[in-house]
Amino acid sequence: MREPANIIRADFGGTLLETRGLTYRADGTRFVDDVSLRLREGRITTILGPNGAGKSLLLRLIHGLIAPTSGDVIWNGRSLDAPARAAQAMVFQRPVMMRRSVAGNLRFALKVKGVPRHARAAQVEALLTKAGLQDMATRPARLLSGGEQQKLAIVRATIGAPRMLMLDEPTANLDPSATRAVETLVQDVQTQGTTVVMVTHDQGQAKRLAQDVAFLQSGRLAEAGPAARLLTEPQSRPMKAWLDGELYVD
Amino acid sequence: METFADILLRAFALIAQGDPVLRGVVGLSLYVTLSATAIACAIGLPLGAVVGGTQFAGRGGVIIFLNALMGLPPVVVGLVVYLLLSASGPLGVLGLLYTPAAMIIAQTILITPIVAALTVQVTSDMHREYREQFRSMGVGRLARIGALMWDARLALVPVALAGFGRAVAEVGAVMIVGGNINHVTRVMTTSIALETSKGNLELALALGIVLLLIALLVNAAVMTLRSASVRAAYA
Ligand SMILES: Nc1ncnc2c1ncn2[C@@H]1O[C@H](COP(=O)(O)OP(=O)(O)OP(=O)(O)O)[C@@H](O)[C@H]1O
Ligand SMILES: [Mg+2]
Repeated sequence: MREPANIIRADFGGTLLETRGLTYRADGTRFVDDVSLRLREGRITTILGPNGAGKSLLLRLIHGLIAPTSGDVIWNGRSLDAPARAAQAMVFQRPVMMRRSVAGNLRFALKVKGVPRHARAAQVEALLTKAGLQDMATRPARLLSGGEQQKLAIVRATIGAPRMLMLDEPTANLDPSATRAVETLVQDVQTQGTTVVMVTHDQGQAKRLAQDVAFLQSGRLAEAGPAARLLTEPQSRPMKAWLDGELYVD
Repeated sequence: METFADILLRAFALIAQGDPVLRGVVGLSLYVTLSATAIACAIGLPLGAVVGGTQFAGRGGVIIFLNALMGLPPVVVGLVVYLLLSASGPLGVLGLLYTPAAMIIAQTILITPIVAALTVQVTSDMHREYREQFRSMGVGRLARIGALMWDARLALVPVALAGFGRAVAEVGAVMIVGGNINHVTRVMTTSIALETSKGNLELALALGIVLLLIALLVNAAVMTLRSASVRAAYA
């Protein structure tokens, strides 16, 4: 049983990743329910929706970290395999910091991505500078503040120049200046040609960054399309309510 | 009649003088136990990290098995190693029975499961936390095991020390396979047993004090490491 709202066909722009009827069910509940969505190359797509809507779960499905109950993820016209996942990177809602120094976290990722040992030091320097963490290279990464950890996690995720970067609420809990720093980082990433998918609760952020928007409600895709249109003239009830700051209960 | 204080005083005097018998016994003890600990770590740390950092069928069974081996009674280990090494046993030709090598083998068997099982605990907790990040980054199996061991290093030193502590204080296994031969296979615990029964209480007590000091040092090291790792948020 498909509702028209769940079949979104954005007919412009190259599709880098597409989900078809993506569904994840556990304990009899559909946490992600029949989501068909296209993510277009080179753009920033924000995923909006209330707590528990299934946003983080959707990112995990798209990244191939968990297998869908039904439906498909199509990457670049093919099914999502290990090399496809290697071309994607993800920053989790709670960034995972290894028990190493800030620089050590970067060195590990560089090694995993096959950067030769002699080239690593210079890249670590460059990444630290990009994140504004030059002075913290030797500090244990787990002692960084939330915002510093986010910035470190983002530059770490850009190692190996992924084609697609997924960010799960990278600025939740950050102060305005840290938020701005993260947004600048995200825009830089896009400028390098990386497609960005970003979960956020922040309308203003979606307006500032996104070209495309998708709205999730109770695991279902309520609406998706160009940010300019959706953020000003939403069609679906949940998204209208959300933009108006109401609590939508279905 | 000697009082306890007299014996204690003379025991300390033995230690202070660096009594050659005492030094020989302590030296052999440390040689045997440090060797066993090194071998147990070489086997147990990677084995534990592989089990801790990998999902495979039968993993639960392996963990139960390792935990059960942790409680091996030393005398049983001693008996089994004795049977293996005795002249008529399968490894009898090696002529290792009643040598320090036999004691190293027995202690290694005794503590490898301890090192492995504790390593599984430490690394599987960490792996639960790192798993998705590692999958996302495409970290290969070897790199993953290596990273878990490296990141757990501060927690793994106490694991090694736990193995050392158990081995150094153990009597039954080394007594059986070492034979408690003077100047050859006499270690602290077996000497204490022997000297006490001979009435040579000051030597027994001196050895007991050294053993106690070693235990104290090991515990102090564990505590220091624990607080260091908490400070660095590595716990
Ligand atoms: N692996 C899983 N197995 C079963 N249920 C899950 C799993 N992951 C998440 N869920 C459930 O799916 C629902 C959606 O979770 P998800 O983390 O995707 O929400 P979210 O939209 O990211 O919310 P938030 O804004 O709070 O981060 C939740 O009710 C959660 O309990
Ligand atoms: Mg979430």
